[in-house]
Amino acid sequence: MIQLVNIGKAYHTRQGAREVLQDINLSIEPGQKVGILGRNGSGKSTLIRIIGGVEFPTTGNVSRNMSVSWPLAFAGGFQGSLTGLDNLRFICRVYGADINRAIPFVEEFTELGVYFREPVKAYSAGMRARLAFALSMAIEFDCYLIDEVMAVGDTRFHDKCTHELYEKRKDRSIILVSHMPTQIRAHCNVFYVLHAGRIERFDDVDEAYNYYSEQG
Amino acid sequence: MATSTTTLQQSLTIQLRVIGALLMREVLTRYGRDNIGFLWLFVEPMLFTMGVTTLWIATRGMHMSSLPIIPFAVTGYSSVLMWRNAAGRCSKAIVPNLSLLYHRNVTVLDLFLARLILEIAGATTALVTLSLILVATDWMEPPVDMLTMAGGWLLLAWFAAGLGLIVGALTELSDAFERIWHILTYLAFPVSGAFFMVEWLPQDAQEMALWVPMINGVEMMREGYYGDAVKAHYSIPYLVLVNFAMLLIGLMLVHKSKNLVGSE
Repeated sequence: MIQLVNIGKAYHTRQGAREVLQDINLSIEPGQKVGILGRNGSGKSTLIRIIGGVEFPTTGNVSRNMSVSWPLAFAGGFQGSLTGLDNLRFICRVYGADINRAIPFVEEFTELGVYFREPVKAYSAGMRARLAFALSMAIEFDCYLIDEVMAVGDTRFHDKCTHELYEKRKDRSIILVSHMPTQIRAHCNVFYVLHAGRIERFDDVDEAYNYYSEQG
Repeated sequence: MATSTTTLQQSLTIQLRVIGALLMREVLTRYGRDNIGFLWLFVEPMLFTMGVTTLWIATRGMHMSSLPIIPFAVTGYSSVLMWRNAAGRCSKAIVPNLSLLYHRNVTVLDLFLARLILEIAGATTALVTLSLILVATDWMEPPVDMLTMAGGWLLLAWFAAGLGLIVGALTELSDAFERIWHILTYLAFPVSGAFFMVEWLPQDAQEMALWVPMINGVEMMREGYYGDAVKAHYSIPYLVLVNFAMLLIGLMLVHKSKNLVGSE
């Protein structure tokens, strides 16, 4: 279980402190699929980074009793001068995973071909997204954090992601943040709307979407 | 602020794994796989020291003592390179590695530690290799007291680590510091003990010189190398105290800077 208690986050700007998140309480049970809807700038990426332990909250407390992936965003985590394979090796070392088992999976999933052994800076946006997604699937986590990554890429990529994440790993928890309800509607069973730094829970996706739309 | 069920031993294993991964990555990004690759790590400082030593031999007139000049240059220059490179590598080290902080187990401290280990290992290998070559080819006598020499080097390495953390964190916290740091390294260069022995200075300058931590380390190394041929001035307790204080300040600053890092 992951638990967020009274999380607040403020950033320093030239106009003084700006509160991005206020009083967030949230818990994620094993196997739960949590969808968080929020507009650009509503604080959803900040929230997912706090859940992932990449950023630290200004107030409140996060506890994690299951393994949580890094926030899987579409461009993050690569060093351009290294190859896709080098990046995979790094990830495997950091998480203590078996590289020999990971290589065939990533090669197959990303369909990068010769580019797998070329520097990432030569990749297209779609190739990067495929690599980013495959890297996080190469490591087994109890909970995956997904920040819009599946919004890029074509249908085929999309179908493969769906298969890896929602079918092969249906026993895991997933936290999906997005500004579009399609994914969340299709895969989640708990819904939240993040607006102006505050979070609201809904049991029904339509209620969540109506609330989200009203916030304009 | 986050609680999770990880024991100290597990944490240590993870941290070692992460630092190992960062080391490999750093070597690859910096030196690539072409030509001699990671060997540059110590070949570069070695060539540097060799170049400077050659310069010194060529301008022998400037040398104020009858001491053999090659080991003098090697001990002096190697130590300057170590703390200068260690601090230089930590300066602004976070920004290019920001995306790595996406992995919860990778911390700002790990980024600095990986770079420090690499730099210190490189400088040490350079010193050892160069000395071995010079001794084997009779350009240089072997050191009189290896242990004292190694002790001085070790204390300098510790100093370099503390300095690296401080510089790394401060350059993250303030852009002005980065610029000032460049000036400071330049100014620190002539007073770092590479070019003189404290004994050669006038009495009151000697006392002042011993306040400079690096001088203490270099003097100790030279006592180890030359033995009774030199009268070295240094204080181990003073250097240890400074090193401790700097490491502590460095760790505190790193802790402070980590809260300011907003990813990407």
